[in-house]
Formats: sequence, C-alpha cells, structure tokens
Amino acid sequence: MKSQKLAALAKTIRSKNAGVNLITFDIIFAERSTYERVKEARVLTRATVAKLYGIAPERISDFVEFDPANAIKFTIYRLRPSGSPGDPDIFGAQQYAPLLDIEVPVE
Amino acid sequence: MGLDRSVPRPLPLLSSFALLAGNGFMRSLRIICPNGHLGFAPIRVESFRLGVAARPDCIAADSGSDDVGPIPLGTDTSTSPRAWQTHDLEHMLLASRELRVPMIIGSAGDTGADSRVDLYVQIIKDLAAKHALPRFKLGYFYSEIGREDLRRRMRAGETVAGLEGYEALNEAELDATERIVAMAGVHPFVKLLEAGADVIIGGRSSDSCVFAAPAIHHGFAEDHAYYLGKVLECASFCAEPYGGKETVLGEITADAVLVTAMHPAQRCTVASVAGHAMYERSNPYFEHVAGGTLDMSDCHYEQVAPKTTRVSGAKFRRAEEFRVKLEGAGKIGERYVGMVGIRDPYTIAHVDEVMGWARDKVRERFGDAGYELCYTVYGRDGIMGEMEPMRDRPAHELCILVQGVAPTAEMAEEICMIGTRQMFYARLPDVKGSAGSVAFALDEVLRASPSYRWTINHTLRCDDPLELFPTHMTSAGI
Repeated sequence: MKSQKLAALAKTIRSKNAGVNLITFDIIFAERSTYERVKEARVLTRATVAKLYGIAPERISDFVEFDPANAIKFTIYRLRPSGSPGDPDIFGAQQYAPLLDIEVPVE
Repeated sequence: MGLDRSVPRPLPLLSSFALLAGNGFMRSLRIICPNGHLGFAPIRVESFRLGVAARPDCIAADSGSDDVGPIPLGTDTSTSPRAWQTHDLEHMLLASRELRVPMIIGSAGDTGADSRVDLYVQIIKDLAAKHALPRFKLGYFYSEIGREDLRRRMRAGETVAGLEGYEALNEAELDATERIVAMAGVHPFVKLLEAGADVIIGGRSSDSCVFAAPAIHHGFAEDHAYYLGKVLECASFCAEPYGGKETVLGEITADAVLVTAMHPAQRCTVASVAGHAMYERSNPYFEHVAGGTLDMSDCHYEQVAPKTTRVSGAKFRRAEEFRVKLEGAGKIGERYVGMVGIRDPYTIAHVDEVMGWARDKVRERFGDAGYELCYTVYGRDGIMGEMEPMRDRPAHELCILVQGVAPTAEMAEEICMIGTRQMFYARLPDVKGSAGSVAFALDEVLRASPSYRWTINHTLRCDDPLELFPTHMTSAGI
C-alpha cells in the first residue's frame, strides 16, 4: 500500500510542557479532509503513540481529536518534573520528532 | 462553601447592545497584548505601535511561566535580563499613560515572587520619574505563601492536593521547599481596578486572569471574559503565520470575543485561534483558574474579517470549592557540569561501559547516595532518553554532558570532575586507541546554577479568594 509521512501531511507537529509534569503533543492539519483521513487511518491513537515512544499506555494522560482546530493532541506524564537533575528538555519542546515519520496510508 | 464573594456577579443584560458597567455603559472592551511572556524576549515595537493606534481600553501582559523550570523560583531570581523587562515595561507604560488606560502585568519577573513584584514596581517608578509622567496610581499584590503558613493549614486538616500525578503534600516535601507562590485568579486585579489603579503589577497569577479581570470589572460575563484572557495570553501565538512577540487586540462584547492580529503580515484565523486553545495544555477544552473552569467545548469560531476571528459559546463554571494552585521549588544541591566527545565507533558502541567506569570511580570515592551524577548522551538519546526510538543507532560522534549535584560546591565539583575525567581512562577490552577514550573540548568542569526541583505542584482550599494575595497601592510620577 502506498503511504505518506505525517510530516508531509500536517501543518504543525510540536511538543511543549503543559505544566511541570506533563508534555503535550499537537498535530495540526491545514485541511479538514487531511485531518479526517489521518483520523480514519488510526495511525495516531493511544496505542500507536505508546508503542512509538516505548511507554506504558498509562503514561498518556489525555488523547483528544480536536475538530475545531483540525488537530490530534495527546499528553504524556514525565518520569520526573521538568528541570529535575538530568532533564535534557526543560520546555519539552523537542519530543515530537518520532511523529514526523509516521506512515499514513494513501488510498 | 468557599465561594467567591469578592467578584461582582455578572450584571444583567440591559439590552442587546449595552452592558451596565462599573463606570457607565460599555458596549465592548478592547485590550492589546504585546507579549506572551514579558521580558523573556523583547516585544516587537512595530505591531505594538499599531495596537496602540487602535486606541484600546487596556494594555496587558503576563510576565511569568513555570516553563523556565524551578531554578528562578528557588533562587529568587529572574530568568529574563532586567534590560529586556525594562524595555517592555517602558513601551507599555508610556502608551498606557498617553492613552490614559490601565496597564496590567501578571506574574512579575518570571516567577511572580515578592522580590519580583518589588522589582517591577521599582522599574515602573524609575520609568515614571525618567519620563516625568504625571502622577498615577500604582497598584500591586503579592503571591508568596510562607512555609509555616502552609504548615499550619495542613496541621489544621487542609489537604494540599497534588496535580498531574503529584501525591498530596506532606511535611517532608514542605520542608524540602525553598519558596512557594500561589496562583492568583482575577480577584486581586479586580480589587485594584476598583480602587482606581492606573498600573497594576501582579504577583504569580493565571495568565488568562490578567485579561479577564478588566472585562469582569467592567461588567462583562465571566464566560467570555475568561475566554478573552485565554486567547490573548500568548499574544501573537494565536495568529498566523507563526511569529512571537507581536501584538494582538482582543475585544469582548455582550456575546462574543473578537481577536485581531496587529502585525501587517499576521492574521487571526479560525485555525490559528482554535489551534491556540490547545497550546501548552493537556486538554484543549478546559482551562482551570482560581475559582472555576473555562469550558471551551462548545466554542464557535468564525472568520469575520481578514485579520479577525470571532469566538462565541465559551462557558465559565464556578468551582464549588475555591482552590488555588501552588508552585514550590526545593533545592537539591550545588551543581557542576562537564562535557566530553567520542569519535571511535567501538567506544561509541560501548559508551554505557565508559560511563559505568566513571560512575564506579565516583562510587568508590563518595558511596552510592547523597549526590546525583547525570549523563546526557547527545547523538544517541540525549534529548528523548528512554523514549528515543533510535537509541540503538547512535551517530558517528557523541557529546556527553556530565552533571554532578551535591550538598556542597566542593563535593559537586569533585563528583563532576571524576565523572568526566574518568571517562578518559575507561578500560574497554578491544579498544585500539589506548591513549584516551574521550575528547575534551574543555579540560575543566564548570559551576552551574544550583539544582532545584518542583516540590509543590498542588492546590489549596481558601475561604477568601484574596487571602493569599494582599494588595497595596502607591503612586508614581510627579
């Protein structure tokens, strides 16, 4: 089956702190149709995200398909709060990269 | 009941176009926001000037964030340079006095601690003197809560409830905490506006409340007042194309909020405004503030002009119990940092053994506990750690950041030095290069700011929305 990378389909793919103990991820699409296609493909779900990041599903605090913004959004618990010794990403701003390469089937 | 008693109830709608406000009829209230985190990077003056030219009713910005980590709160410092703080405050103050409209700042100096409020109040006084501004009323409030005050409340039976996975606060964690700020809602801002403040410097406060307060003060419904705050709090982050520190203008009416980008090349679109509702929050539908929750589930977004989006349908639900968020930082120890590089592919494949060797040497000297030694391996999993899907495919060269944290600076320095230098002597069985396992760009370790952690990320019940936020009034200018 042919596929496209999520990076080619989404307008914005980002991560950022949501409070001191959570990192939230936003995947935003410019077109409604693209958003609906990615949603239907089920390539972005609690299960796929947990597998991609190698984390237990319980670490995902929220998973939301946010229609008003054509966006899929999920949030994970940090293992230790931001800024704890050894935390390499205090703002949580560089945790989204693995999402870029998610393959989305093209019908 | 703990219900909010200080904020005026939303007044009844008198007609479809007018609201009774504290000082007369007001169809709409317009606020400009030039910066989502005042001081962190300077405002862009061009779009701010355009915002001022639109003659808003209020100029407001938030100046704080917990994004910067626990160190500024713990050490009672700002992460923003004073020159940048002064730059932004100067532009806002001059515009506010020229237009004769209030200027409101929340979470002064990054943390909103008492010393940061005092710093901003002094900057405002100095600027007023520098420009010989006509005398004006300068209101301010504090947000710190003392450790012993909190301990008394806990011993009296109050549960200090944890947020985001934190357990309820216990006295051991309280003892480990250096400084605590409470997150104000609209209440101290409204009180100071009622008292006639021309400029308000706030301690730690919810971003959205900086903007919601003047709308509530003028009698607009809480529903859209809090939404107005939500959409304005990060300035141009609600506009597109992406570009921070540009001014946006928000307008609240009887039944909606309109938001307009001021920069000539930016627009507030349905996508950019709805998209901003998600920013920095775990759930895009709800925003919790002291006293209630903004519910954006039924928001309706409509593009009404090329640069303007109209939003309606927001709901504010008052909480049954008045709870205030607390933030606290506790010191872990003094800190030193070192760094090394590795190029030999065999050594890269065995980098865990190299770090293990050095860690053992620290253990031989200092034992297993009472300090922290952290390695961050850039080129392998330095940024994402255990979540890095590619950590089994390291790059052709690595940089390793070493951090040593201990109760004294001397001990932290020695831990960091052993943890760094001993990597040079790591004994790998089949390594060809026997003259040193790592490359030093710096043959030294450097003192860093002390290490702190977020000890408190909790909520506390209060009887009175103002009890943690004492307000004061002074004056500035000539």
